[in-house]
Amino acid sequence: MPDTTQPIRFGSNAGQPVSRRDGIAKVTGAAPFAADNQPDNLLHAVYAPAAIARGRVTHLDVAAARAHPGVTHVFTPANRPALEGDPDDKPTMFSFRVEVLQDDTVRYAGQPIALVLAETLEAAHEGVRLLAPRYDMEPSRVTLDDATPFDVEPGGFGRPAATVHGDVEAGHAAAARAIDVTYETAAQYHNAMETHAIVAQWDGDRLHLDVPTQALNISCAAYAAFFGIPAENVTISSPYLGGGFGSKAIPIGPNVLAILAARAMGRPVKLMLTRQQMFGPVGHRGATRQRLRLGTDAAGALTVIDHDGLSATSTFDDFMEPAANASQGLYAAGALRSTHRGVRLDIGTPGPMRAPGEASGSAALECALDEMAEAAGLDPLDFRLINYAETEPGTGKPYTSKALRECYAQGAERFGWAGRPLAPGQMRDEQGMLTGWGMGTALFPCPMFFAEARATLRPDGTALFETSAADMGQGAWTSLAQIAADSLGLPLEKVEFHAGHSSLPDGGVAGGSGHTATAGTALHTAGIDVVRQLGEIASADPDSPLHGAGNARFVAHDGRLWIEGDDQRSDAIEEIVMRAGGVEITGQGQGGRPQEVGETYAMNAHGAVFAEVKVDPDLGQVRVSRLVGAFAAGRIINPKLVESQLMGGMIWGLGFALHEKASHDPATGRILNADLAGYHVPVNADVQGLEVITVHEDDPHVNPLGIKGVGEIGIVGTVGAIGNAIWHATGKRIRHFPIGIPDLLG
Amino acid sequence: MSLSITLTLNGATRAVALDDMRVTLLDLLRERLAMPGTKKGCDRGQCGACTVLVNGKRVNSCLTLAATLDGAEITTIEGLAKGEALHPVQEAFIKADGFQCGYCTPGQIMSAVGLIAEGRAGDDPERIREGMSGNICRCAAYHGITRAVQEATRRMAEEQKGDAA
Ligand code: FES
Ligand code: FES
Repeated sequence: MPDTTQPIRFGSNAGQPVSRRDGIAKVTGAAPFAADNQPDNLLHAVYAPAAIARGRVTHLDVAAARAHPGVTHVFTPANRPALEGDPDDKPTMFSFRVEVLQDDTVRYAGQPIALVLAETLEAAHEGVRLLAPRYDMEPSRVTLDDATPFDVEPGGFGRPAATVHGDVEAGHAAAARAIDVTYETAAQYHNAMETHAIVAQWDGDRLHLDVPTQALNISCAAYAAFFGIPAENVTISSPYLGGGFGSKAIPIGPNVLAILAARAMGRPVKLMLTRQQMFGPVGHRGATRQRLRLGTDAAGALTVIDHDGLSATSTFDDFMEPAANASQGLYAAGALRSTHRGVRLDIGTPGPMRAPGEASGSAALECALDEMAEAAGLDPLDFRLINYAETEPGTGKPYTSKALRECYAQGAERFGWAGRPLAPGQMRDEQGMLTGWGMGTALFPCPMFFAEARATLRPDGTALFETSAADMGQGAWTSLAQIAADSLGLPLEKVEFHAGHSSLPDGGVAGGSGHTATAGTALHTAGIDVVRQLGEIASADPDSPLHGAGNARFVAHDGRLWIEGDDQRSDAIEEIVMRAGGVEITGQGQGGRPQEVGETYAMNAHGAVFAEVKVDPDLGQVRVSRLVGAFAAGRIINPKLVESQLMGGMIWGLGFALHEKASHDPATGRILNADLAGYHVPVNADVQGLEVITVHEDDPHVNPLGIKGVGEIGIVGTVGAIGNAIWHATGKRIRHFPIGIPDLLG
Repeated sequence: MSLSITLTLNGATRAVALDDMRVTLLDLLRERLAMPGTKKGCDRGQCGACTVLVNGKRVNSCLTLAATLDGAEITTIEGLAKGEALHPVQEAFIKADGFQCGYCTPGQIMSAVGLIAEGRAGDDPERIREGMSGNICRCAAYHGITRAVQEATRRMAEEQKGDAA
């Protein structure tokens, strides 16, 4: 475990707005994504998705598909080769039950029901079309009202526990004012621009996969389990992910089918999901219905936040969006309760999608808070300040750091919040558009997982750093290299950084906003391990100015090794290495969080988001004209990339608030808008007036590097801010997301 | 049935035998000509990831049947840089951080090159946003994309002025 008692100084690389090191590869088309691989003798695989949500497949015209020129094979439940692992088992903690043609039951629309293999992609697609499935259809359950809710049995991933602090009933009773409101959020789909894709190749009992994954080593173990081979027989190459957002952290059924087909056919197989297939077996953000009961005393202090969430999951697996948990940890209420219930629907199993729980929960909480402020006759920002938590509500734990007050102040200042009319419907712009201002608070925890890394200092003074977990766009190729370079005091250009391959030291999971902190700590400690060894060599070397330094602590900067706190004695690193015979020095590092730290402290990144919307009074069309987010997230390794990530998150918030919703056909249960024409994600024209402020925050406790993570927090406060701004513009309190034109007409 | 067409691809003219009439320009590039720089995001004209230039105009290569392109001149992301020297749009994308994961980027860049050539947006951010809205970026690097297109537009205009002078 890293030493957490020593905060680490800024090196010369961390904190710099360095451009992406993979930039040239990405702008020239040279960056290889999984589906770009084209091994010899390749077969193309395309699966047939179920067109109904519940029932049985009664007929597939396999003969017609097989007869199509180029089609080599069709797998159905009748002839699917055996798997060694049970697809109903979950081989790792981050696994869901996969549908791999076990039987002819249809559990959700989009479920794979057959797999066609062909010499060309065109033939494989045509083969799928020729299968012309027929079904025995049963009535499907696809909305939150279609089945009976059940209490969630807590059990880790996907099964959130209830949390209660304080006397909730007393909190309700003590309220001078109270609200009881219910908000709904829609089912949303990740839709990374790169659809899921895999190229699977067997060599005897060894398996090589080109597949985008946020968790390389866990994925190796999971896929190995399905095929009865040891995890070390699987290698995964995943240098670039075309977006992950949580969906590429979990092994998926279509990939298992592709691997199975490759083994059965004795040829490499490529399978790339179509955009339509991204609405099925690859997870999504489940729909929620959240009831919030809030009360305040006469002065506006919250006596209670009572948050109950109903979350959709599938009929065969559990992932209940932990939405109500968003009410823990943020506002200083006298009593806090978060409870979760589930409802089983004929849908693919939901899963983690950028800020799972926080995004949906905060959307409802921040709007409810606005309603409470309105009831109390208070400005929304003042109301939040009255209820500012100095220690973690309920537990009383101190925060490792919390510059939320500064976020409020700087965001409000930049936005020009002062002077906002309290009542809605007061502002119009020159074009006569109804104008409104709203805000929301953002909170995201700072998880750390576990990662390993290796540092190698070469005799020529350059260094190689390695850790497996990949860059899915967050900028790990660059920011992790900056951290690595600082650990050895080297300029960035002297550091080579390898990631994205399972043969490298286990980099853990790139997700949960914890990758920079976790893998960064591993890389840093690997570098420090090299520094320690250099110190030992120099200390034992009579020719070194550091001779006899013994077990002093050493630090490296400006190409030299120094005794910590002594700027008189140093030695050039290259010379230490040269005198030692030009050896390579290898260091190992680990990243993780000692348990005590989590027990002692509450750890979150915070932010405040301010939104301005314009609503057309005749057409009900909403435009977000300005969006200002101020975030405090510990040490910022690369401000340029962090700004991009926070902006990306805020735009996701905009999509959540105004666009994203999967709509089901009540007759078949199929998603009606399962493509990018029907399922709207924000486009460039939706985005204007976007500003990000990063508020300075030194955090000596969260981890030695002081990093909190920024991958998800951008979405969190934004949804509520936009909903609240719409109310402020129109006076209409819309209690569901996305908010659309029909909600605002008339 | 097979058909042979002639294409000028990134400046080199070549005959391409089509094994299948259904092949789109996108799948021709990716699966048959070993040029996977152009990306597939939807395969039906809804995302712009597959944007290339055909006779100087930006098109969705997933909606273009290869068989219709006999004699066409095609520029893909692989053909934009001159050796080591990046195209101004490519440089501007790096500088303005106009991407994160990079998957939509080849399409964004080809679309930007096309947009600048159309000469309708100039460096007006609102028109650029509108003109680039056929290219979805799920990472939502739109702020950087708009800035990159603005900057490249200005730089290319200056270079043209310099050339003319
Ligand atoms: S792949 Fe052609 S527009 Fe999406
Ligand atoms: S950079 Fe990831 S989709 Fe645009």
